[in-house]
Amino acid sequence: MTTPLLEVEDLRVRFHLRTGTVEAVRGVSFQLGRERLGIVGESGSGKSQTGRAILGLTPPPGEVTAKRLTFDGIDLLTASRRTLRHLRGGRISMVMQDPKYSLNPVMTIGEQIIEAYRAHAKSASRSEARDRALAMLEAVKMRNPARVFELYPHEVSGGMGQRAMIAMMLVTEPDLLIADEPTSALDVTVSMEVLRILDELVSERGMGLIFISHDLKLVSSFCDRVLVMYAGRVVEELEAKNLREAKHPYTQGLMRCLPTLADDVRPLPTLNRDPAWAL
Amino acid sequence: MAGAPPLPQPSGLQAWLLSSEPASRWQARLGRGYLGWRAFTKNPLAVLGLAIVILLVLVAILAPLIAPYSPVAGGDLRTERLLPPSGTFWFGTDDQGRDIFSRVVYGSRITLWVVMLVAVIATPIGVMIGTVAGYHGGWIDTVLMRITDIFLAFPRLILALAFVAALGPGIENAIIAISITSWPPYARIARAETLTIRNSDFIAAVKLQGASTPRIIFGHVIPLCISSVIVRVTLDMAGIILTAAGLGFLGLGAQPPMPEWGAMVATGRNYLIDQWWVAAMPGLAIFVVSLGFNLLGDGLRDVLDPKAAK
Amino acid sequence: MMSARSRLSTATLLGLCKDPMLDIQKLKVVYGTGHLRVDAVKDVSFHVEAGAAYGLVGESGSGKSTVLRAICGLAPISAGQVFVDGKEVKEPRDKAFYRTVQMVFQDPYASLHPRHTVDRTLSEPLAIHGERDAEVRILQALREVGLGPSFRFRYPHQLSGGQRQRIAIARALILRPKVLLLDEPTSALDASVQAEILNLLDELRRKMGLTYILVSHDLAVVAHLCERLLVMRHGEGVEETTAVALRTGRASNAYTQELIEASRGFSRDTVKTASAAL
Repeated sequence: MTTPLLEVEDLRVRFHLRTGTVEAVRGVSFQLGRERLGIVGESGSGKSQTGRAILGLTPPPGEVTAKRLTFDGIDLLTASRRTLRHLRGGRISMVMQDPKYSLNPVMTIGEQIIEAYRAHAKSASRSEARDRALAMLEAVKMRNPARVFELYPHEVSGGMGQRAMIAMMLVTEPDLLIADEPTSALDVTVSMEVLRILDELVSERGMGLIFISHDLKLVSSFCDRVLVMYAGRVVEELEAKNLREAKHPYTQGLMRCLPTLADDVRPLPTLNRDPAWAL
Repeated sequence: MAGAPPLPQPSGLQAWLLSSEPASRWQARLGRGYLGWRAFTKNPLAVLGLAIVILLVLVAILAPLIAPYSPVAGGDLRTERLLPPSGTFWFGTDDQGRDIFSRVVYGSRITLWVVMLVAVIATPIGVMIGTVAGYHGGWIDTVLMRITDIFLAFPRLILALAFVAALGPGIENAIIAISITSWPPYARIARAETLTIRNSDFIAAVKLQGASTPRIIFGHVIPLCISSVIVRVTLDMAGIILTAAGLGFLGLGAQPPMPEWGAMVATGRNYLIDQWWVAAMPGLAIFVVSLGFNLLGDGLRDVLDPKAAK
Repeated sequence: MMSARSRLSTATLLGLCKDPMLDIQKLKVVYGTGHLRVDAVKDVSFHVEAGAAYGLVGESGSGKSTVLRAICGLAPISAGQVFVDGKEVKEPRDKAFYRTVQMVFQDPYASLHPRHTVDRTLSEPLAIHGERDAEVRILQALREVGLGPSFRFRYPHQLSGGQRQRIAIARALILRPKVLLLDEPTSALDASVQAEILNLLDELRRKMGLTYILVSHDLAVVAHLCERLLVMRHGEGVEETTAVALRTGRASNAYTQELIEASRGFSRDTVKTASAAL
């Protein structure tokens, strides 16, 4: 592996609220190459805020600090708005949980992909952008790209919307894709298809992927490496295939408390949260 | 008094109010109220509005103690007519030789009376029609909302004028006229809120317990849409005061010698150039009280209806 | 595995000597008319013995939730019959029906009234049915779902998702129903909380002899809680099978097999060549 694509050191996200300051992310550090990195945690673990902070999408009144937050050598914390805008949607893209809220309801899917493309490839002509958009829709396995191109977001199913979203995010050929629960609003069979597409794109284009999810089972079967987050911290980092040998009791607990088809454990083991984990 | 044990925490009342484990219904309610109050007091303009409204209430209650002179009995027309503001007559005197300050003070009673009656008459009508229409849907909704539309189509002052013309001038008729014209917006708001609440799971849950429709509307729907209606009513108060004053100004509201602010402005109109205070003082009172209600309404919206505030 | 099998056999035995607690025959649910007509549920039939748990599995739009909603009256029964405890359900449902059948909703953040304390939420069903000693029964209901009396006067915003779902379960159980309809009761919860709620539901069923219908998209959850299940797709029942069959991977239907595969997590087998290039 060459120099890391993304370097994060001591990332912190704070929210100054009326009731006091809440630290949602408390010193997260990791490096990402051209690989699939999973970030797993339960609600409130700070996994989504980590992804947003990298893109500079922390909602106000959040405040982001880090000792180091660089993407391909560019410091994301001190970069100008212009640079950031160029990076966002150009070299770094994000796929959100629910395509319903991420796609513009009054523009056709094709128009949105074209717009995304031309925002970053200014010199591209319209017909060129159109060809790219159609090719992209094909790449995400749309059965009839030309038809989907003309449709509005409300006219497509959730799975198709999410694939359209991925097409839009990938049309600029980003180096890094941050996917925040990209499949949890989708049906299982559809989500498998979406994952397969993501997987192919990562392997073929050598893209780095941060896959944020609450689903340990899914992440471990999809990613190369997993960060397990709890209360704003990374409590464990491990190779996805070694998940069964997890050391941290939280990871172990998360693994065990899921009912599986393979065996029938009754009652299910529950997680006894040790306050020490949050320290 | 609440039947709750005295405060165990060292930090006292505040900790008791903010407890995440209230021990009684009262503590839970008070705690909720306290949180709202804290949010409200963060906004200085809202507090100013509240202060103005409280001042209005106090002045109205204590009018006989505050006012130095009678508001209706005229003074000596030779020596006390149209005097400018001074130490004796703070706001000056009018064309009947009456002390304007005393009249403004007593006028607050009329204003408060109008505001209260309109709120008490129009709000329940609006909320009932809106929630019933929104909850039932179908033809009930259509009929009720078309009626609302008809009332909404009339300009308020004009409709009030027509009513007063039909019922005869007088403050009571003015109040009825204003009430009848002010409920449609409340019905609209209540209906819109009800439509979003109607299909929520917690309403489905109470339906599945076998609750009757009135029970659902009164116990579950109204408590959720009442706050946005209250905000709207408070914001409307300024308009209501102005309408009442407008009717008074046109001679269709309070009748002389009642010290109604609008009617006072109307009298002052004749002396506007030389004796400005006759019209300006009651005008100022109308302005301050209207502003007070507006500020209060804005503050309440931030607390009660966070959706609209952003 | 053994325990599941023995549970199944007792349930079947019970079914032989008793009328089913719930019997759904050729249920149809149709919304709208003309070109807007949507057949949400088409001729679905199944029955559940007293004390058993039955699962409805499927993806979104399969009509699984609509079946539940039709049973309890939140969706119309366009055709077919629903029998609860031997009696056919007629519109409008009477109070006795609601004492027999209660429901737990998917999203605990939406199913509790935001301005009502736990106390108010739990006392509402008692008040509707004119029950006395609310005091005692509220505290008992809280205890049954593993919450202490300190929760009684909290507002929903002072509770976690799992605690809210416990309150929703307590509300459903406070009238002592025989049938509990569970609409994805754990899908909005974190995995560790899901385990707690599943354990609670398991325990309550045993203690109170409840009959469950569980709607879920998660095969593992259904297999954990239910003995028998119906796989639904596009409003139709695709296959009726058992938890044991799911666990052993025996499914006669291709769609069921696909669901079983998907529930095992992502499989790279089909794209192995591509990932090897990394």
